[in-house]
Amino acid sequence: EAGVGGFFTKTKSEINLFFNLVCDPADVISTVEFNQTGEFLATGDKGGRVVIFQREPQGEYNVYSTFQSHEPEFDYLKSFEIEEKINKIRWLPPHNPAHFLLSTNDKTVKLWKVSEKDKRAEGYNLRDEEGRLKDLSTITTLQVPVLRPMDLLVEASPRRVFANAHAYHINSISVNSDCETYLSADDLRINLWHLNITDRSFNIVDLKPENMEDLSEVITVAEFHPHHCHLLAFSSSTGTTRLCDMRARALCDQHAKLFEEAVDPSRQSFFSEIVSSVSDVKFSHSGRYLLTRDYLTVKVWDLNMENKPMETYQVHDYLRTKLCSLYESDCIFDKFECAWNGTDSVIMTGAYNNYFRMFDRASLRDVTLEASREVCKRRAVLQPRRVCVGKKRKETDVSVDSLDFRKKILHTAWHPKENIIAIAASNNLYIFQDRLTPNGHHNTPEIQSAM
Amino acid sequence: MAGAEGDDSLYPIAVLIDELRNEDVQLRLNSIKKLSTIALALEVERTRTELLPFLTDTIYDEDEVLLALAEQLGSFTVLVGGPEFVHCLLPPLESLATVEETVVRDKAVESLRKISQEHSPVDLEVHFVPLVKRLASGDWFTSRTSACGLFSVCYPHVSSTVKAEIRQHFRTLCSDDTPMVRRAASSKLGEFAKVLELDYVKSDIIPLFTALASDEQDSVRLLAVESGVSIATLLPQEDLEDLVMPTLRQAAEDKSWRVRYMVADKFSELQKAVGPEITKNDLVPAFQNLLKDCEAEVRTAAANKVKVFCESLPEDSRETIIMTHILPCVKELVSDTNQHVKSALASVIMGLSTILGKDNTVEHLLPLFLVQLKDEYPEVRLNIISNLDCVNEVIGIRQLSQSLLPAIVELAEDAKWRVRLAIIEYMPLLAGQLGVEFFDEKLNSLCMAWLIDHVYAIREAATCNLMKLVEKFGAEWAQNTIVPKVLGMANDSNYLHRMTTLFCINALSEVCGQEITTKHMLPVVLKMSTDQVANVRFNVARCLQKIGPVLDSSALQAEVKPVLEKLATDQDMDVKYFALDAISGILAGQNNLPIMMLL
Repeated sequence: EAGVGGFFTKTKSEINLFFNLVCDPADVISTVEFNQTGEFLATGDKGGRVVIFQREPQGEYNVYSTFQSHEPEFDYLKSFEIEEKINKIRWLPPHNPAHFLLSTNDKTVKLWKVSEKDKRAEGYNLRDEEGRLKDLSTITTLQVPVLRPMDLLVEASPRRVFANAHAYHINSISVNSDCETYLSADDLRINLWHLNITDRSFNIVDLKPENMEDLSEVITVAEFHPHHCHLLAFSSSTGTTRLCDMRARALCDQHAKLFEEAVDPSRQSFFSEIVSSVSDVKFSHSGRYLLTRDYLTVKVWDLNMENKPMETYQVHDYLRTKLCSLYESDCIFDKFECAWNGTDSVIMTGAYNNYFRMFDRASLRDVTLEASREVCKRRAVLQPRRVCVGKKRKETDVSVDSLDFRKKILHTAWHPKENIIAIAASNNLYIFQDRLTPNGHHNTPEIQSAM
Repeated sequence: MAGAEGDDSLYPIAVLIDELRNEDVQLRLNSIKKLSTIALALEVERTRTELLPFLTDTIYDEDEVLLALAEQLGSFTVLVGGPEFVHCLLPPLESLATVEETVVRDKAVESLRKISQEHSPVDLEVHFVPLVKRLASGDWFTSRTSACGLFSVCYPHVSSTVKAEIRQHFRTLCSDDTPMVRRAASSKLGEFAKVLELDYVKSDIIPLFTALASDEQDSVRLLAVESGVSIATLLPQEDLEDLVMPTLRQAAEDKSWRVRYMVADKFSELQKAVGPEITKNDLVPAFQNLLKDCEAEVRTAAANKVKVFCESLPEDSRETIIMTHILPCVKELVSDTNQHVKSALASVIMGLSTILGKDNTVEHLLPLFLVQLKDEYPEVRLNIISNLDCVNEVIGIRQLSQSLLPAIVELAEDAKWRVRLAIIEYMPLLAGQLGVEFFDEKLNSLCMAWLIDHVYAIREAATCNLMKLVEKFGAEWAQNTIVPKVLGMANDSNYLHRMTTLFCINALSEVCGQEITTKHMLPVVLKMSTDQVANVRFNVARCLQKIGPVLDSSALQAEVKPVLEKLATDQDMDVKYFALDAISGILAGQNNLPIMMLL
C-alpha cells in the first residue's frame, strides 16, 4: 500500500530514547541533515555544536561524533555579538573514508572533516612509552616507530574557515553538483565559493539597493540544482522564487525564471505578504520540481511552469483566522522547512504543537503526526492527529485553540533513499523509520528518538 | 668502547625520528623535511622495511606535513637503494594520492610522475601500472582523479597489451559518475593524447574529447577546451576540420560564459594550433563574436588577445582582416560599459599601431587612444600611457604628444595619489620620448609641483624622478632649470618643503657633478644647519654625508667640517647622532686621511 495514509498509520513503531531531562536553550536543534547515503545524520544546535549520528547495521542511529563547530564571537567594529547557533549543515559528496560537512552560523562557514583513526604509533628512541627519558647509554640502535591497532577514535577537525564575506546573516549554504563550489546566501547577497579557497568568494546575486530605504525584499533561502551545476534557485520574502542560470552571465542579478503565483485581490490582507514569504526551497531529487514552503502552505512547482504551482498543500489552513495573534506573538515569522522523500512522491513539513505533516502527491492523501515524548514510545504506533476548528468529532481531535504554538517543528529531513525521517522538536530529535515486515513490505515504521 | 661512541652520533637522528611523532606540528614538519637524513642513517634496508611502511600509514597528519612528505618521496630513490628498489616508494605515495587535500594529492602525483622515470620497463609493468590501475578503479573520487595524471608517464614504456588496458582505463574515467574525475580526465586529455600513437589519437581521444566537450557540466566542458587545443597540434592539417573543429566551434558558442571565456583565454594557442586557413575562415568570425560577447568576463579575455591575435594573422590578409573585421569590434570595446574590458583593451591596443603602420594609426587608432586616455577609470588611462613607446615608433612623438598632453596633465593631478605616483614613474620615459624642449615647456612645472605634494610617497618619487631627468638631459639643463627651483624651496616656511630641498640634493649631487654641488648646493645646505627645526638639522648632517664623496677635500675641510662639528654639539640627540655619524662616514670615504684632520 503506497502513500502516507498507510505509511505511518496502521503500523507498529519503535522508538529509541535519548532524552535530555534538563532543557538547556543551547540544546535546541537548529538544523538537521542526512548525508548522501543516509548512513549519517547531522544536527546543529543553538550552542554551536554539531552532533553526528551513524546508522548501525540493525538500523538504529547512534551518536558517532559530537564537536563544537562555532563559538560565540563579538564583532568589535560593528559592536554586535555573533551567535554560535548553527544555521545550516550541508554534507559534501564522499571524497575518501572520511566525511566532510559544511556548517554555518550567521557569519562564518566552516568545512569539517570527521575521520576515524584506529592505529597508533609506538616506540620512541629517547623515551619509553610513559614518556620517561631513557638512559642514553642504553641506546645502541635507532628505532623506527611502528603502528599498532587501537580503539576506534572519531575525530572532527576544521579544514577551512570561510569568513568575512557576509555583511548580513547567512541563511543558506548549498554545495554545487560540480563538487568544487558552494554558495552561501545572506539576506541580500549570494556568494559563490571554491571549496579550496577561503580568502575570496564571488558575489553572484546582490539585492542591496543603493539606498537601504528602498529595500523591498530579502533573500530567505538559496539552493543549487542537484544535477545542473549552473542552476540555482533562491526565494524571497515577497513569496517569489527565482531560478538563475550561471551560464548566462557572471552576475545572476537577472533571473532566468521567476516562480510566482498571482494573488487573488479579494483575499489580500495586511498579512498577505508576510505569510507568502518563502521559508524554504528544495529541489526534488529528480531536479525537475521545486518545493517551496510559505507560512500556510507547501507548493510544488514544475521548473517549466512559472505562473502557478502544480500542487498546493495546506499545512494548517485553520490558522488563517488566527494570523493577528500569531503576528503579535511573532510566530508568523517562524521559518518552517520542507523535505522530499527519496522518490519525490511524498512531501513533509513541520507545524505547531509538535505536529508535522506529510502529503502523498499521487493519492493526495495527507496525514498529521505528532513528535513528542508522550506519544513516541519505542516501537509505538504513530497515531494520526486531527485539528478541528469547531466542535470535536472524535475524542482524539485537538481544537485549534488548544494548540501549543511554542512547540514547533521547524527542521525536518528525509533519508535520501529509504523511509526514514528525522524531526527536530526543540531539543529533541526523533528518528522514525519504516521497518521491513517479514513479507518484505515497507509498511512498518520504527520510531527512534534521540536527544 | 665502539658502542658508546656510536651513541653520540645516533642521538641527533634519534631526536629526528622521535619528532616524527611530536605533538607540535612544526617539529613534525621539521623532521619530515629532514627525512633524507633519517633514511641515510637507517640505511637502505631499514628505510625500505621500517621507515616506508611507517610513513605509508601516517596519512592522518596535517596537510603541510603530508605535503612535505609527498615532496620528499619524489627524490628518495637513492635512499631506498637506487632504481632497482624505487618501487618501494609507491605504497606511501599511493596513500598520499588519495587524501582529500588537493595540494597534497597533486604533489604525490608529481612525485609519482618523477619516480616513474626511474622504473625499468619491467618494474613499470609489475609495480607502477598496477598502482595506476588501483587508483583508477578506487572507490573514492580522490584516487581516481590522481590516476588521471599518471597514465601519460607510463604509457610510452609499456607493452602494447598494457597500453590497451591503460587506454581502456582512461576511457572509463572520462565517463566517470563524478564531475571531479571527469574534470581531471578532461584536463589531462591533451597530455595523454601527446603520448598516444596518432591512430589512437584519432580513434580513442577524439570521441572522448567530443564527449567531454559536450558534458552536461560546464565545469567539465571548459577544461576540454585546452585539451582540444593540444589535440589540434597533434593532428595533420587535413584532419582538423573533421575531427576537432566542429567541437571547438561549438565551444566558442557554448551557452555557458565560462566555456566561452576559456576559448577566449586560449585563443592564441588555438590560432597557432589550427594554422592560417582555419584561422581565416573560422577563428576570425569566432573572435569577433567573443569581442562582442554579452558577458564582460568573456569580452575582457578576448580584448586581452587582440594584439597577439592580429600579429599572428597570415601576413597576406592581415591588414584587410584587421581593418574590416577586428577594428570595428575594437571601436565598440573602447566605449564598453565594463571597466575591466576597457582596461584589458587599453593594455594591448597600442600594439596594433606597429601592425597597421603610420597612416592607419593616425586615421583609425589615434582617435581610439584619445578616447581611452580620457576614460573615467584611471587604470584604463594608465594602461595607455604605459604603452606609448610602441606608438611613438610609428607616428612620432610630436603628433602623439599634442593629443596626449592634456590627458597626462589631468592624470598628474588626479585625486588618487597612487595614480599620480604611477604617472611620475612614467615621466623619465616620456621625457626621453618628448625631448628637452617640449618637456620644459609642458611638463617641467608638473615635476616641480610634485615636490610639494602633501603625500610623502609622491615627494619621494618626485625627487627620484628629478635625478632620472638629469641623467637624461644633463647637468647643464639641471643647473638652468631645476636646481634654482629646488634651492629656492630652502627658504620655504614649511619645514617639510625645506627637507625636500635636502632630499633633492641627496639625489642630484652625484648626477650634477662636483662643480654645481660645491658652488650652488653646498652653501644652501650649510646655511640650513642653523634651521630651527631639528629634523631639518639632522637631515643637513645626513645630506652632508651623502654629498661628501662628490666634494673635494678642501671644501670638506674648510666648510663641511666646522658645520658638522657644530652640529655634533647640538642640543638635540638625533642631530648629534647623525652629525657624528656623518663625520665618521666622510672619514671612511676619505679612507686614508687621519681622523685628526677632520676633528
